[in-house]
Amino acid sequence: MALPAYATAPQRLWHYTYLAICAVVLFFLVMPLIAVIPLSFSKSPFLHFTPELLALDPDAFSLRWYRQMIGDCSDPGITTVCSDRWKDGAWNSLRIGIAATILATTLGILCALGLSRPHMPFRRSIMALMISPLIVPLIITASGLYFAFAKWQLVSTFTGMILAHTVLGLPFVVITVTATLVGFDTNLMKAAASLGGTPVRSFFKVQLPLITPGVISGALFAFITSFDEVVIVLFIGGQNQITLPRQMWSGIRQEISPTILAVATILVILSILLLTTVELLRRRSERLRGVSPG
Amino acid sequence: MATSENTAPGSLLTADGTPLKVSLARSLRRSKLRGTLLVLPALLFLIIIFVVPIAQLLSRSVDDTMVNKALPRTFVAFESWDRQSLPEEAMFEAIFLDITTGEKYLIGKATTRMNYEKPGWRSLIKKSGRKFKKKIKGPPYRDAMIKIDKRWGDVAFWQTLGAMKDPQTLGYFLNAVDRQYDVNKHVIMKDKNVRVYVMLWWRTLLLSLIVTVGCLAMAYPVAHLLATLPLRYSNLLMICVLMPFWTSLLVRIVAWMVMLQNNGVVNSTLVWTGILDDQNRLPMMYNFTGTVIVMIQILLPFMILPIYSVMKTIPPSYMRAAQNLGAPPSLAFLKVYLPQTLPGVGAGVILVFIVAIGYYITPELVGGKDGQLIGNMIAYHMQKSLNWGLAAAMGTLLLAGILLLYWVYDRIVGIDNMRMN
Repeated sequence: MALPAYATAPQRLWHYTYLAICAVVLFFLVMPLIAVIPLSFSKSPFLHFTPELLALDPDAFSLRWYRQMIGDCSDPGITTVCSDRWKDGAWNSLRIGIAATILATTLGILCALGLSRPHMPFRRSIMALMISPLIVPLIITASGLYFAFAKWQLVSTFTGMILAHTVLGLPFVVITVTATLVGFDTNLMKAAASLGGTPVRSFFKVQLPLITPGVISGALFAFITSFDEVVIVLFIGGQNQITLPRQMWSGIRQEISPTILAVATILVILSILLLTTVELLRRRSERLRGVSPG
Repeated sequence: MATSENTAPGSLLTADGTPLKVSLARSLRRSKLRGTLLVLPALLFLIIIFVVPIAQLLSRSVDDTMVNKALPRTFVAFESWDRQSLPEEAMFEAIFLDITTGEKYLIGKATTRMNYEKPGWRSLIKKSGRKFKKKIKGPPYRDAMIKIDKRWGDVAFWQTLGAMKDPQTLGYFLNAVDRQYDVNKHVIMKDKNVRVYVMLWWRTLLLSLIVTVGCLAMAYPVAHLLATLPLRYSNLLMICVLMPFWTSLLVRIVAWMVMLQNNGVVNSTLVWTGILDDQNRLPMMYNFTGTVIVMIQILLPFMILPIYSVMKTIPPSYMRAAQNLGAPPSLAFLKVYLPQTLPGVGAGVILVFIVAIGYYITPELVGGKDGQLIGNMIAYHMQKSLNWGLAAAMGTLLLAGILLLYWVYDRIVGIDNMRMN
């Protein structure tokens, strides 16, 4: 939005104030995440910028916190607890996240297909129910699951964690896939059927490839939700289900060391990669929508 | 071609001879059935793993069968007591038998509940459980019991049983808003020094409001910039908005700790530039301020995105037309632009408010003492004090408020329009 040539002085002033406000807000959003990155390479065990660090003294930088993160305890200068906990946590998060994502994606696609049919009864209510896990505070969900899982002996099990995270991921898949199906031309399915395709075969050969962008971004949302989830694991996870967020949680509460910053840096980079993936998928989806007839 | 006999002449038939109406109805039914079958697995899954557990949790908020189960004889005897004077021998006998013959585990749980009504019950029954069998061989029980502990002679203890008589209670809800029952089951305020929850509810509301308003004030200009810039630049800025959105919540909290702590980036910069004295560093972490700052940053994308998506649909020519007709830019904005953005603003405001009001992690980690919210109190009663009835009552109140807002959101925006990116 450029300023027209005939703008008056107050208008100009307002325009630049407005741009400055926007810059401050964007700075506020991104700054903390960027500040973490250099600190994670600091040699000192403190969480603030030392004068040496600001002077870009090469001796002030090191990879020691990254080494500690991957369980390399050879550094004698580190006094905080060193173990494989971060590695185990990442591994647990990955396992739970992938399993929950697969389950949520499967259930979510089926549900979205049903909800997108033209004559679906109670469509609005079902949609409201499917999205409710996003709305209900996690602390309430976690408390409810704690009692229910205690009764079903699912507390401190991977199964319990996966089921709980599936519930949290399901709304994302339903939302994104339903949104993608809006742009899907149902005549393609009729064409597939008229050519002799069974409903299942036409789904896999015709519909699924076309809605893949929506499916993948829904699955990514579901995965990231599980990968980032801490309240439920605090309530129903046991010693064997210590995930990465759980590990960070106890790190923040007990001994906040730059190791956490190293983990944070890696997660920030991971989020940038994911963001790029989703953005590319969205563009692809828009392109496909433009191509499809109707 | 065969015609069925009961069709009116002239009605349309399909190729196999059934009336078109019947055939269409059948196909519609089949389509509905197919849709239902597709939805069913997810729906059942959600009901079993989400709806039922939460319903059971909420039912705990009124459940009060524990004491009845543990002291059955006592409550039978209670019916024939005048509730004013010290009970008769029969009631003493009843509670003596309940305590000495009952299951230890059950009685232990019941005394925890009784302690909420009047502190002292637990120690009284625990002590009695140890001594009754040793010291009291048979009736009469009344004087022997009072001799072991004179609290048995205190009418106030007996009177609290009245509040626990019914299998359902509103006691937990009353407790959640700093009220309680008196002897005659009238609702009264609690003692001044134990009132905490009303203050916590207000604080939660206030914090959610501040966060919502803060988010709105910051999101509106940015959303406008994003919506009006050429796509090349706005895509780049969009990354700034989406990056925090995609980054782990805990990472963002750690990042803010680095920024806001006493010798963190913000304070150090202020001292370095001379705005702040080294001795007077601002306390911005582990308090209310810290919670507000961190929550605004975390929830800001939830505000920017809906407003942006609405602004994107407003043609820039409207503003130009308004100015062409003589309106100064400020009036054109107020009368033409702002009203059109209201759906997005409404969506963002409700979304941010709903998420903020149930927050738990951020206040727990950066809230310190005066940044604790209702969510933290629920967690405290779930995990530490184990007063599950109270936790459930607070959860029910919180959920009721949120569902009301959710319903409003659905009315205004329609949940179908909820978009992720």
